[in-house]
Amino acid sequence: MSGSAPPIWGPTMATDGALLHIEDLNAWYGESHVLHGISFDVRQGETISLIGRNGAGKTTTLRAILGIVRSRKGVIRFRGEDLTQVPLHTIAKLGIGYVPEERGIFASLSVAENLLLPPVVRTGGMSVDEIYTLFPNLAERRSSQGTKLSGGEQQMLAIARILRTGADVILLDEPTEGLAPVIVQRIGEVLQMLKTRGMTIVLVEQNFHFARKLADRYVVVEHGRAIDHFGAAELDAKMASLTEQLGV
Amino acid sequence: MSLATSTAGVTNGTRARLNLTVAVVLAVAALVAPFMVYPVFLMNVLCFALFASAFNLLIGYVGLLSFGHATFFGGAAYVTAHAAKVWGLPTELAILIGVVAAAVLGLVVGFLAIRRQGIYFSMITLALSQMFYFICLQAPFTHGEDGIQGVPRGKFLGLVNLDDNFSLYFVVLAIVVAGHFIIWRIVHSPFGNILKAIRDNEPRAISLGYNADSYKLRAFVLSSALAGLAGGTNAIVFQLATLTGVEWQSSGEVILMTLLGGIGTLAGPPIGAAITVGLQTYLAALDFPVTVLIGLIFVVCVLLFRRGIAGEVAAFMRKRR
Amino acid sequence: MFCIPFVKCIPLMALYSQLALGLINGSFYALLSLGLAVIFGMLRVINFAHGALYMLGAFVSWWLSITLGVPYWGALVLAPLAVGLVAILLEKSMLHRMYRLDPLYGLLLTFGLTQVIEGMFRYFYGASGQPYPAPDALQGPLLLGFMVLPIYRAWVVVVSVITCLGTWLLIERTKIGAYLRAATENPTLVQAFGINVPLMMTLTYAFGAALAGFAGVLAAPIYQVSPLMGTNLIIIVFAVVVAGGMGSILGAIITGYILGLLEGLTKVFYPEASNIVIFVVMAIVLLLRPAGLFGRAA
Repeated sequence: MSGSAPPIWGPTMATDGALLHIEDLNAWYGESHVLHGISFDVRQGETISLIGRNGAGKTTTLRAILGIVRSRKGVIRFRGEDLTQVPLHTIAKLGIGYVPEERGIFASLSVAENLLLPPVVRTGGMSVDEIYTLFPNLAERRSSQGTKLSGGEQQMLAIARILRTGADVILLDEPTEGLAPVIVQRIGEVLQMLKTRGMTIVLVEQNFHFARKLADRYVVVEHGRAIDHFGAAELDAKMASLTEQLGV
Repeated sequence: MSLATSTAGVTNGTRARLNLTVAVVLAVAALVAPFMVYPVFLMNVLCFALFASAFNLLIGYVGLLSFGHATFFGGAAYVTAHAAKVWGLPTELAILIGVVAAAVLGLVVGFLAIRRQGIYFSMITLALSQMFYFICLQAPFTHGEDGIQGVPRGKFLGLVNLDDNFSLYFVVLAIVVAGHFIIWRIVHSPFGNILKAIRDNEPRAISLGYNADSYKLRAFVLSSALAGLAGGTNAIVFQLATLTGVEWQSSGEVILMTLLGGIGTLAGPPIGAAITVGLQTYLAALDFPVTVLIGLIFVVCVLLFRRGIAGEVAAFMRKRR
Repeated sequence: MFCIPFVKCIPLMALYSQLALGLINGSFYALLSLGLAVIFGMLRVINFAHGALYMLGAFVSWWLSITLGVPYWGALVLAPLAVGLVAILLEKSMLHRMYRLDPLYGLLLTFGLTQVIEGMFRYFYGASGQPYPAPDALQGPLLLGFMVLPIYRAWVVVVSVITCLGTWLLIERTKIGAYLRAATENPTLVQAFGINVPLMMTLTYAFGAALAGFAGVLAAPIYQVSPLMGTNLIIIVFAVVVAGGMGSILGAIITGYILGLLEGLTKVFYPEASNIVIFVVMAIVLLLRPAGLFGRAA
């Protein structure tokens, strides 16, 4: 229930300290009003998970934050800067990395070219060698065509290429969708490692059980609205209502 | 934004009312005009109005941009001219043969072009049209650069003496109105509705069981036949059939007429034709580079004025409701 | 003697020189369809103005020579740059508005621009051509063992092959090329990575235009500099590009050369058909392999 402001935070809370501040975000696909006043904050170093059913508006929220969805209204502030005034190709330079739902591996590029495509925007990113150590199968297939990789490998590649750029905020859209449990576990390990290194993660995830291993806080999205926010500590208490809402 | 559906969304009622108003105004003007304006100029406008409307049938209602429609207009002109002058056929038969020739050409071009979608379709129609131009350039019966001259006007149905400009005017008017009536009937028929469905969402139309390619080809042949009707009639009016009729620049002009007048509207192409032919006639006398002006109007229309005159009027009327 | 049974016999030397001429035409077809394919791949616009830009390149080099005394070698560099600048202007002021529309509008806009450009040049310079001599270093005949070829023609073929291969290498094997290929596939995502895709599109159009302008300079000594030189050429290039399939850069290049050679051969054995043979090949390809010789399935 969005009316009760949980003790951790709420829309009325001061926004200093928030790395990413979203307030009253509305978005449209053409004539269709798809996001209705979504608000949440993301603090430095935390992992926040947007959970909800298929089609609830989680992906749209990420795209609206980046500006891929251009019909949008609301407050989007990143490190104090108004993101709605920043053109799409400048967003990455602010330190925001994006791993889209479709993974976005380019068929006309090799694995290595895919990996090296996003330019380095900040110091602190991993080197190519470090990445190849972390993902040896990418090293092995580096001259293959990007789309010849399996789904799981493509997901690794999509995450890996952001790690090189030095982004310290990563927007991940459904990273485990359609992947085998073994790969899902591997991805979970990678994200856990990123967490320990201080990465801020905004995770859109339908697979609730994956999300709970990583998330510090949750935003429940339904029909384009944020209907609940709560912290990891309250998760067990919320399980019953969540099961009903999400059909988990 | 699809090329053709930019004018969709006007309700049937509004559009019918608008078209009726325009039709009435045009009808009155058409009957009175030859007494005020040089009839040959008017007949030129009428032929191009039909040409543009035939072209609009494809782009406005099927979503296919034919960049080689001059082939059917100019090709029919040659055939009609040859039939009237060399074979000595009566005028109405000569025009009819021109229509048939245009339809056959339409069948061949359409069959090849429909094998690709969208922009490729347009490029193919352009290339095939250019091929036809070169064939016409070399074929003996077209007399190359000179064209077929001295085409007899003859008598229409053996009764009306077409050497008189006034009589010819009313015959041409009747032909062009008939042509537009055919177009109107096609658009407002089940066949026309299927065409529009294909234009708006071809995969869905196919999934509903319609053979989209067959419909597109039929529409293409109808459009080319009507363009041929315009071309053949034009040959009789000017007693001339030349390479200009089959040049790609002519294809470009008819696109401009339709764009300027309003793609996907029934009134648009004639309006665009009237303005364009008027400009060309007036400016030719002034030694003004007409192609530059045509190009400029094109650019302005594509950038700022895609709905065309009739389209903008229709949108305005929609807003008033 | 070389004979096609029941058709014609010609001396071998004559055959070789016709093939060479075909190769020269093919060089222009390849260069222009390459530019067209690069522009289409990235911008999804069919640049009808490509012929006008080619003509512009030739005119700039003629003008540079007449007014500033800049020799051919200077024109080879300056004319494409000038045409590229014009292209940047066109893209930034008008063309970029077409990207989110149906691709047919891009074709119509560039068609209108072509009429304006060619119309203006025709108005000021008339329809006849201005001569533009080849530089002294490239004049005269090249005596190969089996045939004689004007040096300038050989130069054109060599330069165009190098340019085409160089462009192909640039696109397929360099980082810039990787950006281009990726942006062609998914421009939004590439932008989200921090690459200025709108700028890339402007520069891609300028590059394609510069290729056309470069072809214009190469053409000037052969075909004379006339406002009409691009007019019919662009439609032939369209046919080349449809026959080749616009998916692949290499496909556009190879198809250009092949069709040029075919046209040259036709001129020898069946001259009446020589100006339509390319369209006929296009029609045959459409019947048998609609996606084009090198195209991926539509």
